[in-house]
Amino acid sequence: MRWGWLALAAALLLYPWLVAGSASAAFLQDMGALALLAAVGASAWNILGGYAGQVSVGHAMFFGAGAYLPLLVYQHWQLPPLLGVPAGVAASLLIALLIGFPTFRLRGHYFSMATIAVAELIRIVVGDWDLAGAAIGIMGPATPRGWWDLIFRSAVPYYYIFLTVLALLLLVTWQMQRSRLGYYLRAIRSDERAARSLGVPVRRYKLYALMLSATFTSLAGSLYALKTGFVDPDSGLGILVSVQLIITAALGGAGTLLGPLLGAAILIPLQTATNTWFGGSGSGLTYIIYGAIIVLIARFEPGGLLELWHHRVAPRLNKRREGRRAA
Amino acid sequence: MILLQLIVGGLLIGAVYALFSSGLTLIWGMMNFINFAHGEFVMLGMYVAFVIVVGLGAGPGVFGLAAALALFLLGVAVYFALIRHVMRGPMLAQILSTFGLALLLRYAAFWIFSPNFVTLPQHALTGTINVGGILLGVPQLVAGAVAAALTIAMHLLLTRTAVGSQLLAVAEDRDAAMLMGIRPDRMQALAWGLAAGSAGIAGALMAISFPFSPAVGETFALTAFVVVTLGGFGSVPGALLAGLMVGLIQALSAYYFGPIYKDVVVYGLFVALLWLRPQGLLGTA
Repeated sequence: MRWGWLALAAALLLYPWLVAGSASAAFLQDMGALALLAAVGASAWNILGGYAGQVSVGHAMFFGAGAYLPLLVYQHWQLPPLLGVPAGVAASLLIALLIGFPTFRLRGHYFSMATIAVAELIRIVVGDWDLAGAAIGIMGPATPRGWWDLIFRSAVPYYYIFLTVLALLLLVTWQMQRSRLGYYLRAIRSDERAARSLGVPVRRYKLYALMLSATFTSLAGSLYALKTGFVDPDSGLGILVSVQLIITAALGGAGTLLGPLLGAAILIPLQTATNTWFGGSGSGLTYIIYGAIIVLIARFEPGGLLELWHHRVAPRLNKRREGRRAA
Repeated sequence: MILLQLIVGGLLIGAVYALFSSGLTLIWGMMNFINFAHGEFVMLGMYVAFVIVVGLGAGPGVFGLAAALALFLLGVAVYFALIRHVMRGPMLAQILSTFGLALLLRYAAFWIFSPNFVTLPQHALTGTINVGGILLGVPQLVAGAVAAALTIAMHLLLTRTAVGSQLLAVAEDRDAAMLMGIRPDRMQALAWGLAAGSAGIAGALMAISFPFSPAVGETFALTAFVVVTLGGFGSVPGALLAGLMVGLIQALSAYYFGPIYKDVVVYGLFVALLWLRPQGLLGTA
């Protein structure tokens, strides 16, 4: 197991060099950075949706807060976008409290419905708000004024920045898994009423999970904005942003440490491929496929691919291996 | 006079909201299950109407029935293929099942019909009538009246017929209903059929007077959430009252604050409700 971790870390660290010799190196490096970003967002959603079982379908609001604020501080005060990152986190925490406080008194579906309603509310308001660029969106600095603007021509620096944040997030998640917070969250997911009767402060711990999740989702949004230098209501706050976070986590395995990483490693190349093969109409096709994948996961294997492996594939492989040994 | 005109217009569209929300509230009350694809059912009802009018040149009576029937069948199929298998599973599966379905239906419609807005080509229902100085569009008037009648019919079906009693019995206590010789599976499939069918016909009614695109479903789903929360979960009369109120609030806020705020005010109302009265206006805690 330890060797598995080392191999994964080495592969992630060396990826930009490994593909550097290929004819489409820049393309592959960019895709790698995008996959890491998707993994960060999905891992952040996973803390709440996977571990705590509170399914948010409006996480775009946190992503959008993280994406908008760095570009806003540049737009209005010419400050380095980096300074807007904590502001994005603060805004996300505020929204998280606003939603979590009332809905976590109630169980299950209320929270999901509230998240989608608030996310849409914010998207519509920002789309009509001139100070935030309205429907057109806002841009970051076009040319770097110093290293602190974090503008690079190559995708490789972004790759390593994203990898650092992902490593930090996975470390936090791993610590959480083993701590009281992790046990409480899993108890809440499997039976909220039972957890409450055993003395778990359910509402408070759901709020903790939401705030942790919102913080990192906001960071994912900031990273996105720093790399692309542009955000508009659809790319920052649209429902498809939430869809992307959910499907990436759920496909790999919601409530597992590495599930979101696996999901990102599959979905980002798939998405890039459909967009390249089918051109502009490809994005429509991508979301038909996404919808179908989400339905299939829900219907057949809510635990995602990792669960599928553990429950269906691995036992069969073991049996075959044992059979061979006996023969 | 403008105010009166706004009120009547708001109530007419509100009746249509009530109709499709009554389907959502039926499923919610019965199975404690929230359907994120409900707005897409409304959207598909619009496109069934569109296809029938373009293909056959048929009138509103025909395409309304066609939308209701097509969506009824889709609702039953969705129940048997998907909902039945996830409804007692983990929350993640419950929410993702219809959320994924919504995405699938929305982008399939994008793929087939293109993302552009369309309107129904020539149809029989046109013109306005003047009632005491208020101008009423015939299509809106018909849509509102039919929707209100169907919502009341849904209530009567649930409260005054044997099938309705069986549906409510399953909602009340699935196991006890089973012991009384009611098949919960059949009743739940029927509920999904009724819910989707009412969404379909509501879509056809709105298609008569409004342009639409595959993206409209999301707005309708959120509107239905607001109506159902406001009216109290599982209550069809509550949905009727709340639907009319939401229609009214939308019409007034669109006029006084500007068109984009008609949805903002309604979603804001939803958040306010969650803070203040999560059990709905008529419900008890």
